[in-house]
Amino acid sequence: VSDGDRLIDTDVAGRVLTRALAHGGDFAEVFAERSDGLTMAIDESRVESVQAGGGEGAGVRVVSGGTTYFAHVDGLDPTDLERAASEAAVALRSKRIAPRQLESVLSAPHPIEQPPGQVPAERKADLLRALDERGRTTGSEIAQFTSSYAEVRRQVTVANSEGLFTGDDRTRVRIGAQAVARRGDAVETGAETLGGHRGFELLEGDPGEIAESAARKALVLLDAGPAPAGSTTVVVGGGFGGVLFHEMTGHGLEADHVQKGASVYADRLGEQVAEPLLTAYDDGNMPGEWGSDAIDDEGTPTQQTMLIEEGRLTSFLYDRLTAKRDSVPSTGNGRRESFRHLPVPRMTNTYIAPGDVAPEAMIADVERGFYAASFGGGQVDPATGDFVFGVSEGYLIEAGKVTRPCRGATLVGNCLDALAAIDVVGDDFEMKTGVCGKAGQKVPVGTGQGHVRIRALTVGGTEV
Amino acid sequence: LIEVARRGVEAALGAGASDAEAYAAEDRGREVRAHAGEVESLTAATKRGIGIRVWVGTRAGYAYDTDLSEAGIAALGARAVELARVADEDEFAGPPVPVRLSPEMRGKGAPELSDASVAAWSTADVAELTLAVERGTLAADERVVAVEQAVYADSAETVAIASSTGIDGEYERSSAHAYVQALAEGEGSRETGFGFGLGRGPDSLDPVAIGAEGAERAASMVGAGKPASRSCSVVLDPTVAASFVAIIGRGLAASTVQRGRSPFAGRLGKGVAADAFVLHDDGLDPAGPSSAPFDGEGVACRRTTLIEGGSLDAYLYDTYTARRDETDSTGSAGRSGYRSQPSVGPSNLVVATGALSFDELLGEAGDGVFITDVAGLHSGVNPVSGAFSVGASGRAIRGGELVEPLREFTIASDLLSMLGAVRACGAEPRWVPFGAPVSTPPLLIAEMTVAGS
Repeated sequence: VSDGDRLIDTDVAGRVLTRALAHGGDFAEVFAERSDGLTMAIDESRVESVQAGGGEGAGVRVVSGGTTYFAHVDGLDPTDLERAASEAAVALRSKRIAPRQLESVLSAPHPIEQPPGQVPAERKADLLRALDERGRTTGSEIAQFTSSYAEVRRQVTVANSEGLFTGDDRTRVRIGAQAVARRGDAVETGAETLGGHRGFELLEGDPGEIAESAARKALVLLDAGPAPAGSTTVVVGGGFGGVLFHEMTGHGLEADHVQKGASVYADRLGEQVAEPLLTAYDDGNMPGEWGSDAIDDEGTPTQQTMLIEEGRLTSFLYDRLTAKRDSVPSTGNGRRESFRHLPVPRMTNTYIAPGDVAPEAMIADVERGFYAASFGGGQVDPATGDFVFGVSEGYLIEAGKVTRPCRGATLVGNCLDALAAIDVVGDDFEMKTGVCGKAGQKVPVGTGQGHVRIRALTVGGTEV
Repeated sequence: LIEVARRGVEAALGAGASDAEAYAAEDRGREVRAHAGEVESLTAATKRGIGIRVWVGTRAGYAYDTDLSEAGIAALGARAVELARVADEDEFAGPPVPVRLSPEMRGKGAPELSDASVAAWSTADVAELTLAVERGTLAADERVVAVEQAVYADSAETVAIASSTGIDGEYERSSAHAYVQALAEGEGSRETGFGFGLGRGPDSLDPVAIGAEGAERAASMVGAGKPASRSCSVVLDPTVAASFVAIIGRGLAASTVQRGRSPFAGRLGKGVAADAFVLHDDGLDPAGPSSAPFDGEGVACRRTTLIEGGSLDAYLYDTYTARRDETDSTGSAGRSGYRSQPSVGPSNLVVATGALSFDELLGEAGDGVFITDVAGLHSGVNPVSGAFSVGASGRAIRGGELVEPLREFTIASDLLSMLGAVRACGAEPRWVPFGAPVSTPPLLIAEMTVAGS
């Protein structure tokens, strides 16, 4: 098969599903996984923390009415899998249901040109040494520099009682760089990452660029003054600036939040939630992107889902369970951190489509404002819509120009207001990598956009 | 399980390691999620695995896997050795060695870590407890319109560590926690509130109290507005104080200090806090969630005074960082499981309690803000400089009384200024498990920047 070897065969999968439905249930599934990874870091110009990890296991779930019964086990021994199935079914008391005959469906895994597992570890160590050299020589005030390399291959097999039997073979590579710049008592940090659902070919271009970029961010901040505090016009940078949309809108569109009424977007499908200049997507099938997979973790092929069309809310993000509740097809967003977790609706690569205004032009209109070039991260409460973002690189905008850098700024606001306040979308576009946490599970996600302008938002700084 | 760990050490030595350490863990856990009076999901988990750390001269490598078969462990030991050869030499790298405890600490001994109620409570019992948390939330305040989720989880784990340098130990530990996210509505706004409880088993959890806390936190925020931007005194609720203390604890780890990435670097023996703030790390606290007889590399846990009388008394060390500073490990090698290498960090952080009741603390504050929740800590705190600006919500304090609720604002300062501005500590502490486990009372901070409208 083209999508990698199945981790369990049809016989074992069939027996596990039969066991899972031995006392009834509407749906049963077995998710098997094998992962192999390698990470290493360079710190104080020394390659260290060289670490390899492997593991395999499976999770079995049975859905009956509104309740999901789930058991997971380390290892893929058929006896353990059947025991997990019995454990999942133990609380059920109905009549045996027979799962459908399994039919193998081929997925189309994202192609990997250079499987990182076949690249000698020494080359990865050399890469880190090169990043270290590049970062440290960017400026004499770089006091500390660290860099990391990570690769992981995850093979998954999914079989369910509706007869689906499929799999995926996923390889991701990511490098990161963190710099600390020091001048007297002033200490500033900068960070940058590069990642993809790709093999070692990801690093063919100029990977050292991230080292230089991290160092530059830290150096720029040495000249920073305090951030202003209060409400002002905010221009958000492209790329990782997309984390703003991810947090303030994306999470609220995940159907589990919506169905519990714990989302500010719950009753707004079809409504105008933003200016007509804004269109946004979630797309789990973008070639080579960090948040992409061929199928989600329930075996549904990933797809492009339009979330907002010219300001109008057009879709939520669904896994199997939430889709069934709304009588719609799954959008292929049922994701899980590993076989140890239940799938929940999650974003993949989420982005605001490019607009038609040059970034310089949207800044030129601003008399006084704040330019959030890059974020450290963010957080949102989907139920209230309140969000907060740490600005890792920020500047004042004065008389239409980006002027002095600011340290320690945070953006706070409410999603509905902030989304409606986006009045310009830039014609530039970039995707960046992130790791998103929800319900105790971390999954790789892509965030993207060009520059975006928000009419008014609260900047939390130290200068009152 | 110790046999598995010993086999791991032998495998690595056989593959050419000059020294080796193996950490094996087994864990059985349950989780119940409830929503709208029904069990939404019920999970049974079995986990097991081994991680082998090796040294080839002064080069270190690490490998882990779920495969505990003899062949699997042998391959893993060889893999770790192969990886160590990729690492650069580091003169301080080397295996942990047993550290003798002071007679006082030996007398203290490790607390009882396993609670029989984890095994005694059936799955139906803990499902009922979860539903009781949800019912308790809904009953506590009429403004609570729904519960987003009520969750219960427990686990019983066995940990074993062996090394070529004579470390050889095993212990069992259980834990249980429950939490709820309540939704309250009123005055055209919707608010959420988090309530939680933790202990070594379901016996120690009070579903009514957990529900009431979530309800109270959500309902008290109804009608919240933004505060005016200003500098004022703030009172941190224990959950918020704990979040900051956990970050301070990480800054006291010798690894961050030695690499110049801590605001506490170069401040040993110097003033770093107001006298009112006293901080210990205590790996043997009977109620501490992270208490254990030994740390993540097998070194005996103990109590370490970190900040007392305003000055910084000690950093936290594991074997590697202790060698680098020519001192002893403080038993502070943290480990989140067999899939991670040990790293220096706090075990249980304990902030000493003060004399003031909560009302007296508000009275001392006079006018200011009571902070009940902070958001965006991972992006809003610069762990190197200590500067922070984080999202917050809470209540206004006027004339020593709690008045209107406040949201959508930020608080900003830096960790050292904040510690220097601690004016008083409350008398009632609480264990909070976010980040590192922290036991802390509410804290009164004399001055902080509040940015709202």
